[in-house]
Amino acid sequence: MFSRYQLDGAYDEMFQPDGVPRTHYQPLYQRLLGLPPDELARREQAAELSFLQQGITFTVYGREEGTERIIPHDLLPRIITGTEWATIERGLAQRITALNLFLKDIYHDGRCLAAGILPRELIYTCRHFRREMRGVNVPRDIYISVVGTDLIRLPDGRFAVLEDNLRVPSGVSYMLANRQVMRHVFPLMFRNYGVRPIDHYGQALLQTLRALAPSQRPNPTIVLLTPGVFNSAYYEHTFLARQMGIELVEGRDLLVHDQVVYMRTTAGLQRVDVIYRRVDDDFLDPLAFRADSTLGVAGLFNAYRAGNVALANAIGTGVADDKALYAYVPAIIRYFLDEEPILPNVETFLLTDEKQRQYVLEHLDELVVKAVGESGGYGMLIGPHSTRAEQAEFRARIIQQPRNYIAQPTLALSRAPCFIDGQIEPRHIDLRPYILYGGEAKLIPGGLTRVALTRGSLVVNSSQGGGSKDTWVVDP
Amino acid sequence: MLSRVAESLYWMSRYLERVEHTARLVDANVVLALDQAPAFAEQRWARLLASLHAIPPEGPIGARSMTDALTFDRSNKASIITSLGAARDNARQVREQISSEMWEQINRLFLQVSQIGIDDIWNMQPHAFFRDVKEGAHLFQGLTDATMNQGEGWHFMELGRFIERASATVALLDAQFAHYNTAEDGVERPQAMNQYLDWVGFLKSRTAFEAYCQVYTADLQPERIAEFLLLNPEFPHSLRFAAGRINSALQAIMRVTASRRSGQAERLAGRLRATLEYAQIDEILSDDIQAYLADMQEQCAQIHRTIHEVYFAPPLAAVLN
Repeated sequence: MFSRYQLDGAYDEMFQPDGVPRTHYQPLYQRLLGLPPDELARREQAAELSFLQQGITFTVYGREEGTERIIPHDLLPRIITGTEWATIERGLAQRITALNLFLKDIYHDGRCLAAGILPRELIYTCRHFRREMRGVNVPRDIYISVVGTDLIRLPDGRFAVLEDNLRVPSGVSYMLANRQVMRHVFPLMFRNYGVRPIDHYGQALLQTLRALAPSQRPNPTIVLLTPGVFNSAYYEHTFLARQMGIELVEGRDLLVHDQVVYMRTTAGLQRVDVIYRRVDDDFLDPLAFRADSTLGVAGLFNAYRAGNVALANAIGTGVADDKALYAYVPAIIRYFLDEEPILPNVETFLLTDEKQRQYVLEHLDELVVKAVGESGGYGMLIGPHSTRAEQAEFRARIIQQPRNYIAQPTLALSRAPCFIDGQIEPRHIDLRPYILYGGEAKLIPGGLTRVALTRGSLVVNSSQGGGSKDTWVVDP
Repeated sequence: MLSRVAESLYWMSRYLERVEHTARLVDANVVLALDQAPAFAEQRWARLLASLHAIPPEGPIGARSMTDALTFDRSNKASIITSLGAARDNARQVREQISSEMWEQINRLFLQVSQIGIDDIWNMQPHAFFRDVKEGAHLFQGLTDATMNQGEGWHFMELGRFIERASATVALLDAQFAHYNTAEDGVERPQAMNQYLDWVGFLKSRTAFEAYCQVYTADLQPERIAEFLLLNPEFPHSLRFAAGRINSALQAIMRVTASRRSGQAERLAGRLRATLEYAQIDEILSDDIQAYLADMQEQCAQIHRTIHEVYFAPPLAAVLN
């Protein structure tokens, strides 16, 4: 079963370099060896059927028919030890706390800019910086309630942060669905491993949102604002609304009157106190932002500024997950918390810097270049896997708009065993834990492990043919 | 409940009722066309189109072309595939409100019909196909009753279903009597075999043939047929039955939405129900039956408009104070 499994330089989640399974993977390894060959295939079919019937789908942009697809799912769990998780937990709590303080500072006093922690131009040239948010007080100073941060494992086994998602991170429904399916497929192993539960996510999210409600509203109305059925994450929106027992609304269901937000119900208007919005800043309010948006609510920003409605996440948080700003996050942590960062960053070249740009342009075939404002694996150049023409194209783009790009070394993401065509083969993976921040960071043990299902590929995004697998945090 | 959600549930249900109605109508007519003279069949297709408010397709009217137009033609607003697609779109809008079983059923039915065409069914057994469609719609209804909370949303679905049914029954009677009244001058009526078959087909297209016979025997009298489809309190496709269900659904909705405006729709439905409960078929027939049917159609339309205005898209001025 492991005959096609070969180790290379990358960190392998299951095996030590000498080919012996790591302690926490032993029980899984033994179990796999003990299974009849077609048993795994049978279970994979059961899992796929389960996804299909529940309609767990996402949408791929830019293709005509058949845009609704099942997210590819891998059968074998990714296992993280409790000790490793403790580091992740502390590291992300530290990072999110610092970034939240940073956002408040940027939109109020700007102390970190005055202290020269990072250049002012970096902030003011960021596409996601919202001038309109200057001086606006947000409920309990919480800017980022819901965060998904992407981690990778370096060859030496340490976890490092690849990027932060502070706007509208998605994928949490896949984490929950994976777990649900896996419990049916491997019931016995669950019991023996003592996997930490994640099913309280919906409840924890609801609590985080409720904490944002104005204090004089004891029974706040909380809604989830979706762009609608054509959004790629629509399934997730319906799923979360159902898990929390809150209304799923679209922009046209809401209206603002006298700076108060209401939803239109069959019993008349009902006041809305907290909006968990899955709509980007740009589209939230046609009066304040993009005037051509039909997804938003006219007047929402005014109601928000007046303190009559809370938004999660706040407007303008994208400035803190800009990929160029990313390079400064360690400095931000040191400045605001006076602590050393627990989780390291990945080395990053800023292309606005003359010297660094020169280096990057000379080494395009080795580096990964990313557009700063994009996500989902769009607008990326992976040097070693690129053609000369692609490199030339990115060279031109970088020279034209250096602020729009960053470069990083091509990292060997760690690899984990996956069940592919009846055999177990290694594939590259990353990890996106979900963090809820309601004054204090709360992590759900596990997260979404994304898999680059194509052999040798380093791109794990679901929009680019990536899949996912269940993530187990086990003791110790 | 969100107005948009209520409206989607209402329309999902209405469109699905329309799917079932159209399937039954086309099926009954295809079967009947086998026994009747072509000229008669052609007239009946024309009446059927009129009752569906559909535009006749180009070219000669025949069983095959009509079946195609009313089943698979996506550009035809009255076709089964159009209604089914609209029902599914509405269901997709409210996926978190309906049970997974309901969603899967409507999705399956849509995929089933959208993947085939007239050639696939015509040379085989059109009847089997239409039976599948009707059963698919019935299964959805059964799943709805068995798996969905019978709260406000369910009542809006009931409303959509019975308003559609009421207005379809009236439209069908209207087309039939328009034909019957013009044809009657000096001609002996149901005696002719063609005429008799016509009435059988008419009843069958409302699943009413057996139910009618139970009440009145197989002696088909137009007056009795009108009475049965308009005033029978127990037959689920009669106008009176539908009016009763519309009224109760509105009362249930009124209890949970407690606003003084919601009385408007309930009052109209209650009036319709009461009129039908105390009506006599002789009075209706001694007057102008077509004027009567037009009035019934208008009352159904008015109830729909009022529901729309009170629950789905109230004018802002009305809700803000």
